[in-house]
Amino acid sequence: MRKIRTPYLLLLPGFAFLFTFFILPIMNLAQTSTQTPVGGGDTGEFEQTLRFSNYLDAFLENREQFGRSFVYATIATLLALAIAYPLAYAIALKGGKLKNFMLILVIAPFFTSFLLRTVAWKQILGEEGFVVPTLRTIGIISENTTLTSTSFAVVMGMTYNFLPFMTLPLYASIDRIDPRTLEASGDLYANGFTTFRRVTLPLSMPGVVAGTLLTFIPAAGDYVNAEILGSPNTKMIGNVIESRYLTIVDYPTAAALSFTLMVVILILVTLYIRKAGTEELV
Amino acid sequence: MNHKVKDATIPHIPTGARISRWIGRNLIRIYAVFAFTYLFIPVAYTFAFSFNDSGKSNLIWKGFTLDNWQNPCGAPEVCTALVNSVKIGFLATLFSTILGTMIAFAIGRYSFKGRSTSNLMIFLPMATPEIVLGASLLSLFLVFQINPGFWPTVMAHVVFCISFVVVTVKARIASLDPRLEQAAMDLYANERETFRRVTLPLVAPGIAAAALLAFSLSFDDYIITNFNSGTLKTFPEFVYASAARGIPAQANVIGSAMFFLALAIVITGQIVGRKRKVSA
Repeated sequence: MRKIRTPYLLLLPGFAFLFTFFILPIMNLAQTSTQTPVGGGDTGEFEQTLRFSNYLDAFLENREQFGRSFVYATIATLLALAIAYPLAYAIALKGGKLKNFMLILVIAPFFTSFLLRTVAWKQILGEEGFVVPTLRTIGIISENTTLTSTSFAVVMGMTYNFLPFMTLPLYASIDRIDPRTLEASGDLYANGFTTFRRVTLPLSMPGVVAGTLLTFIPAAGDYVNAEILGSPNTKMIGNVIESRYLTIVDYPTAAALSFTLMVVILILVTLYIRKAGTEELV
Repeated sequence: MNHKVKDATIPHIPTGARISRWIGRNLIRIYAVFAFTYLFIPVAYTFAFSFNDSGKSNLIWKGFTLDNWQNPCGAPEVCTALVNSVKIGFLATLFSTILGTMIAFAIGRYSFKGRSTSNLMIFLPMATPEIVLGASLLSLFLVFQINPGFWPTVMAHVVFCISFVVVTVKARIASLDPRLEQAAMDLYANERETFRRVTLPLVAPGIAAAALLAFSLSFDDYIITNFNSGTLKTFPEFVYASAARGIPAQANVIGSAMFFLALAIVITGQIVGRKRKVSA
């Protein structure tokens, strides 16, 4: 009898906590999303009227920012994958004695606040930094092209900030590959590229899936990079939710947008995991 | 593997070809150096500008000074914000590590009805964007008329830290050799003794890594904090608020100091771990 009860007793405190501070808030969010302002609407008070067209209004009004969030997040995720895969490969298979040290180096930038690093990028890429004048001298960019306040800067910032989230799961799954499978592939006359395509890459798929999710999800909801590195023309859905909640105090619209963002991401994630065929993620 | 032998058997390779072969063989290593450089450019920038004799706005290099390091609390509010962040980080780490480790043991060690639902429950907070977590918690606090501030922020941080703790500790539990525990049982250790003397010490590095991860996630969080902290200011909030008019160099000092401190902790942990492995 004790054996059967043990796992539930272990789960109880944690899940009670998650129920109170995660499930209840989400339910409350759903409830807020169909409310309408009381009376004239200037009071900041809302009543439940089950107005589901809040969703339609919120979406139509902000579809540009929604689209931008998903486009930026997708590009940043693909860029991060392209940068992180060779790096994770190098650490896992060529790291040798330096493997642990290199892993520390991957997480080390985390320890300097990501806001400080994002602001640092803003200054490095800004007019007073050294990158813009150099590129202008070489003639890669014209005199009146700027790097900050562009979608380029926002996507670059997101790629940079979420890179460790991509690298670590990739490393974990490449590191787990038995080197003998790679040798076997070579013995069977596969060249380096074929070995990579037919052996290494398929075996590292769990890392690719975990890494892309850990990058895409926070990137799609991010607004800090867009705020610091972007301009009003690069606003993402996170910026809209933030200002609706904290500045405009339009809770129903903010809640409808949040709920839509969450559901869209959950659907994409589910489809993606199905397609990639790795159920065991956590 | 046999580079040397190959080079010895083919002696007439021109230098240019040798160099390009060396590059070909080490391409991935050269790439790694570039990737790490990219990762560290803003860290180096932050460190360099912590020595800037900048006055109020730390935007342009004005000259070298040690003043900022000698007086890291010189800028208004910066140390209050730091203390807030450390307190919140400590409490959030404590709670999330305890709750998360218990969940990890339940999921990693037992098969029971509802196990896959439990996995889903851990995955959901990770699949929810921070802004949704932050906004939904704020609306709950508003319904119950709880003012945003210190404790709401701690609770919010525990929510997103738990999942990362569970995943980290679970991975460690999964990598344990079950024969070690069987051996303990064979040597007449009861369940409790086996857990305390064998299982827990073996899982401990995983728990330590999870705690470190939780602390750095909490310490660095801006989005969820911004929704739930009210008038309280954490270090990331301080940086964000001052970003527009230039961040005081003291913030760079604190960011750099945190970097070296955490690096020292991690490297010490690695060395201690290696020594224990050697002596064991």
